[in-house]
Amino acid sequence: MSVLTSSNYLWVLFSTLLLGVASGLVGSLVYWKKQSLMSDALSHAALPGVAIAFLLFQVKDFFILIIGAALSALLGAFFIMAIKEKTRIKEDTAMGMILAVFFGGGIVLLTLVNRYSSGNQAGLDSFIYGQAASMVESDVKIMSALAIGVILIVMAGFKEWKLFLFDPDFGKGLKLPITALNTIYLFLLVVTIVIGIQAVGVILMSALLIIPPVAARYWTHSFRNMLLLSGFFGGISGAIGTTLSAFGDGWPTGAFIVLISGIIFTFSMFFGSKKGMVVEFTILRSKKKELQSYSVKGGRG
Amino acid sequence: MNILEVEGVSAAYRKNTVLNDVSFSIPKGSLTGIVGPNGAGKSTLIKVLLELHPKLSGNVYFFGTSLKKVKSKVGYVPQRGSVDWDFPTDALDVVMMGMYGQIGWLKWPKKIHRKKAMEVLDKVGMADFSHHQISELSGGQQQRVFLARALIQDADLYFMDEPLAGVDAATERAIMAILRELKNKGKTVLVVHHDLQTVEDYFDRVLFLNRTVVAHGNTSSTFTTQNIEKAYGGSVRWLKEGIGIVGTHLQ
Amino acid sequence: MTYTGWILLTASLVGISSGIVGVFLILRRMAMMADAISHTVLLGIVTAYLVTKSLSGFHMLVGAAIAGIVTTFLVQWLHSKGVQQDASIGVVFTTLFALGVILIATKVGNAHLDVQHALMGEIAFIPWNTMEVPFLGKIPIATFILGIVLILVVTVIGLFYKEWKLTTFDPALAASLGIPVLAMHYIFMTLVSITTVASFDAVGAIMVVAMLITPAASAYLWTDKLLVMIGLSAFFGVVSAWIGYYFALWIDTSISGSMAFATGVIFLISFLFSPKHGMLSNWLKPQAGKS
Repeated sequence: MSVLTSSNYLWVLFSTLLLGVASGLVGSLVYWKKQSLMSDALSHAALPGVAIAFLLFQVKDFFILIIGAALSALLGAFFIMAIKEKTRIKEDTAMGMILAVFFGGGIVLLTLVNRYSSGNQAGLDSFIYGQAASMVESDVKIMSALAIGVILIVMAGFKEWKLFLFDPDFGKGLKLPITALNTIYLFLLVVTIVIGIQAVGVILMSALLIIPPVAARYWTHSFRNMLLLSGFFGGISGAIGTTLSAFGDGWPTGAFIVLISGIIFTFSMFFGSKKGMVVEFTILRSKKKELQSYSVKGGRG
Repeated sequence: MNILEVEGVSAAYRKNTVLNDVSFSIPKGSLTGIVGPNGAGKSTLIKVLLELHPKLSGNVYFFGTSLKKVKSKVGYVPQRGSVDWDFPTDALDVVMMGMYGQIGWLKWPKKIHRKKAMEVLDKVGMADFSHHQISELSGGQQQRVFLARALIQDADLYFMDEPLAGVDAATERAIMAILRELKNKGKTVLVVHHDLQTVEDYFDRVLFLNRTVVAHGNTSSTFTTQNIEKAYGGSVRWLKEGIGIVGTHLQ
Repeated sequence: MTYTGWILLTASLVGISSGIVGVFLILRRMAMMADAISHTVLLGIVTAYLVTKSLSGFHMLVGAAIAGIVTTFLVQWLHSKGVQQDASIGVVFTTLFALGVILIATKVGNAHLDVQHALMGEIAFIPWNTMEVPFLGKIPIATFILGIVLILVVTVIGLFYKEWKLTTFDPALAASLGIPVLAMHYIFMTLVSITTVASFDAVGAIMVVAMLITPAASAYLWTDKLLVMIGLSAFFGVVSAWIGYYFALWIDTSISGSMAFATGVIFLISFLFSPKHGMLSNWLKPQAGKS
């Protein structure tokens, strides 16, 4: 159990907890923008940026690497929009394409990095599958600071986000700066993705954004509560997942975090108090009964 | 004999009941317009009848039997917006799709099918466009292609979902001429329709639908102000949606 | 055949199979399902290993095909329960993939299974892992399996070509004509899974996504005929495989990554220069109209 008391572990735990909360919050925005898979495409698209940043600067500095990742994810987003708007190719195809091609490019570059660079380059592999243990204290600090920033921005603009997501046209009438909000949204999404990729990995990062809000929806109809609950689910998944992965040598942190949120989702889907299957089933049965009694009455009359 | 017999059909989308206790029957050789406000369940009704959407209760009889046994006698024209017009195919090919049921499994369409498709395209005035990619066609032209695809099925009973929505005047006339011809040949046609103004001119029978059947019968006796009000829920809403009808009735 | 010959043949088989399946995949708006299946295949392979304790290609093929169908079913089911389509894809595949990764990292860590291999493939080793086939002699196992898969793909798509076309273009009419739309959906997804699994040895599960989606999307920009699109897509798949291979050889890097990247290059060329839908012609057209 010594792993659990080491100071590095506590730091990492703290940062993945914050990451979970931040991605749970941003994930709710993503869910209502109906861009769940966009987040998947963008996190894969971040990979070549990590490798290019490393090749250019030859240092494994977390801050430099995530700037590379962010630029590359934004380029991916730009391509997806360009393809969708300029051709008859549909969005899902464009996303799948950018995801796979950027990831392929990333692998090509990472292989080069591993071949030509000396020193602790092996650390870059953790960007694919996620390895929280590979993070050092400075990484953790940057990650935590950025996560707190994301959390604050989402919470501060709560009612603006609501309007932005549900009725942008109405919002425009109220002089809500929709274009600016769109930019901030994309910025929040990309920042959340890139700070998570070292701990969780590009392949599973999107799960942190996608699963908590879907789970939260089973418990509430209010946007505000959904946001809070989603942040809460993300936070516990991050904390428990990190703890579990600390028990084995080289156990993948990201996979454990995602598995925990998957379990929370499954539980919510069955027992959620608002849309859970148990509740839905009861409603459907009473509906059928109501219909039957209606047609019986109708038959007599 | 009634071609179509519907008894107490209800259907829902998840928790919302869309159709409730819908019952009516359609005689052979009739041309029926199904009208009602938005969200009245018109498209859902057709989908439920064709077993494309599950029904919660009720019975439907086609030609006195179940749909499965007479599938080849029933033709369907979905809403134009229900397909992706960017699909890589041309007008002729779309029309031939109507014959896939007749051609049968494992066989590819032959020359004779191609020839027949050309004839039908010609009939709807689209022969010159047979090799145009379908996204290059106008809304009215796309609707004609859809109609041709239904005609080629050579069915006895047709369901058409808003065939006149968003088409030009020439197409509307062409489509109505074809529908009347079908009726004169003894075929039965049900059309989901949105324009109250033209109901009296186009259909010999009308079915008012708003979650359930509000009124149903010959257009002359059923298409009354009271029924329209009943279907469209109060005169205020009716005035907004059926504004055209006010003029005709005042005259 | 030479060492390089086997590699190119194997990769070309992946290109053709995925190229054909990919056309229907993107027209059915199922591109992201391919992404999902390519991930969950991992869980299928691990489960097959845990159950049979063997690493034979056949067991894995079955395990992965089942995983693909389960994924399709779960996504469909969640969606029918009111979860947005792409959120349900996202929830299902990430959770199942995470489970697969954990099983490998913990329980079966000492088997010859590794995540790296499943995702990236190792085409360079394929020519050495051979089997004896009647009439054909000694050929690499992966190549043989991919050959069978190609025959399967061509047969299933070819025999029911018009049904695939109709269920893709207008499922409502297809259903009203009595074609079992849902069953065909599952058959198609099985085909996608089988193609993915068979290719996983060669180009890796994630790279097959590139092979499935990108050549088909490129072909979509060049033609308005479905049959031509299928042919072009298969052709682009093969070309990407060749370009990717020689590029990887040249700069000494991951072969499968390079092949995935090559599909992107072909798409970029199509995106810019296709006569009907390319940027260049779009840019020229209004000019011509004005003058």
